[in-house]
Amino acid sequence: MNAVKEEEIGVLLNDMLECYGYDFTDYSLASMQRRINRLFSMDRFPSFAEFRYRVRNDPAYIQHFVEEITVNVTEMFRDPSFYLALRKQVLPMLATYPFIRIWHAGCSTGEEVYSMAILLQEANLLHKSVIYATDINTAVLEKARKGIFPIANMQQYSQNYIASGGQHDFSAYYSAKYDYAKFNESLCRKVIFAPHNLVTDGSFNEFQLIICRNVLIYFNKDLQDKVLKLFSESLEQLGYLGLGSKETLKFTAEVHKFRQIDKREKIWRKVSI
Amino acid sequence: MMNPLSLVVIGGSAGSLEVLLQMLPGLDVPLAVAIIIVLHRKSYADSVLIDLFSSRTRLLVKEVEEKDLLQPGTIYLAPPDYHLLLESNGSLSLDYSEKINFSRPSIDVTFSSAARLYGPRLLAILLSGANADGVLGLHHVHKMGGMVAVQDPNSAEVRYMPQQAVEQGGVDKILQVKEIAPFINKFAAVTR
Ligand SMILES: C[S@@+](CC[C@H](N)C(=O)[O-])C[C@H]1O[C@@H](n2cnc3c(N)ncnc32)[C@H](O)[C@@H]1O
Repeated sequence: MNAVKEEEIGVLLNDMLECYGYDFTDYSLASMQRRINRLFSMDRFPSFAEFRYRVRNDPAYIQHFVEEITVNVTEMFRDPSFYLALRKQVLPMLATYPFIRIWHAGCSTGEEVYSMAILLQEANLLHKSVIYATDINTAVLEKARKGIFPIANMQQYSQNYIASGGQHDFSAYYSAKYDYAKFNESLCRKVIFAPHNLVTDGSFNEFQLIICRNVLIYFNKDLQDKVLKLFSESLEQLGYLGLGSKETLKFTAEVHKFRQIDKREKIWRKVSI
Repeated sequence: MMNPLSLVVIGGSAGSLEVLLQMLPGLDVPLAVAIIIVLHRKSYADSVLIDLFSSRTRLLVKEVEEKDLLQPGTIYLAPPDYHLLLESNGSLSLDYSEKINFSRPSIDVTFSSAARLYGPRLLAILLSGANADGVLGLHHVHKMGGMVAVQDPNSAEVRYMPQQAVEQGGVDKILQVKEIAPFINKFAAVTR
């Protein structure tokens, strides 16, 4: 069940760091081990030694390695109540700014970003917003840019949209072509898709809202702390931070700077610097 | 690297909620092991389930949060829509990757992860269900020297899941519902 052993995972991750500067050494080990074993059997390596040789000597393989060991599963309007809270409690505050900057960190294939753009459009704020959507994996960013998602998911997304307080016809936001739904380009005119590695890259702007959901679960405590510090530094005073439904600021070094806006939702406001 | 704590993991699908509710009052308080429960369920039932379980036992019942540390005498419920993994330092991780056996959480994922770390200090129990999720996981538990038990398919509301496990082999014990809690209590006493 585990062709690649725990010690060998460590060896591979060190190679990745040493040869290419990709630092996965502070990721949660259990998930890493699953992903690396999955890749090992998917690419049919006869032995760990050959797997390692490929990683160390074939830079072209690294792109594929990063794409496969990161988990890119995502959805539109996932956890509708989170989006409802954004609509009700966050966007009205952001509306008071002349100019709104939002950062989606770990945006994967962009479903979350299009969801946000729809919220902004419906609040009549899209024209004065800029969304930075970043991920470590450049292949998912390419997909996100296209805004083309499987049509089979639209029924679920439409239900999520309605549960998030959406009152329009969801299907007006995309055009259906064969098995795909292409989202209107007007939605992503104000979106900048760019690679950014939360482990090694620093802050690049100040935002009023940062959303990073289901990324921290892959990091160990130390790395979570480091990344939360990066978010804190990248937020304006009174800016908002949105995390995944099972993630928390509790027990972290940054917590005292934040106040959770609603007990049930994973949205915090930065109240001190 | 084996964990010093002993662990019980319970997986269930259709027809297993009732079994758990009957089993919980029979658990010893305090209990020397940690218990993890992975249930296939709809995502909205969250806190309802915790309340329901808590009303049947004086052991602490909690839904797993990111990086929770396993403590003896505590019952951990896997949250909906995430896989639950175990770390070698005794903490729990959540994972939002593809569904396995059309399920997230997948019982196989948690059983296999626990098998690797807990070896013979693990008891895995598979309850009623209509899906084969958990069967491969039990195989891993068996291979790593852990104890494997299933609910008797004949008394399960949906027999498919435990039946598949029995056919695969490697099952140490077939349990009636009323035997489950005593079996866990005994496991806790002998592996402590
Ligand atoms: C499970 S997806 C979450 C997608 C979306 N935010 C959601 O909640 O539905 C995790 C994403 O985090 C990205 N990621 C992992 N490590 C990263 C890092 N060090 N820097 C930036 N993004 C990272 C992965 O490539 C993946 O797209």
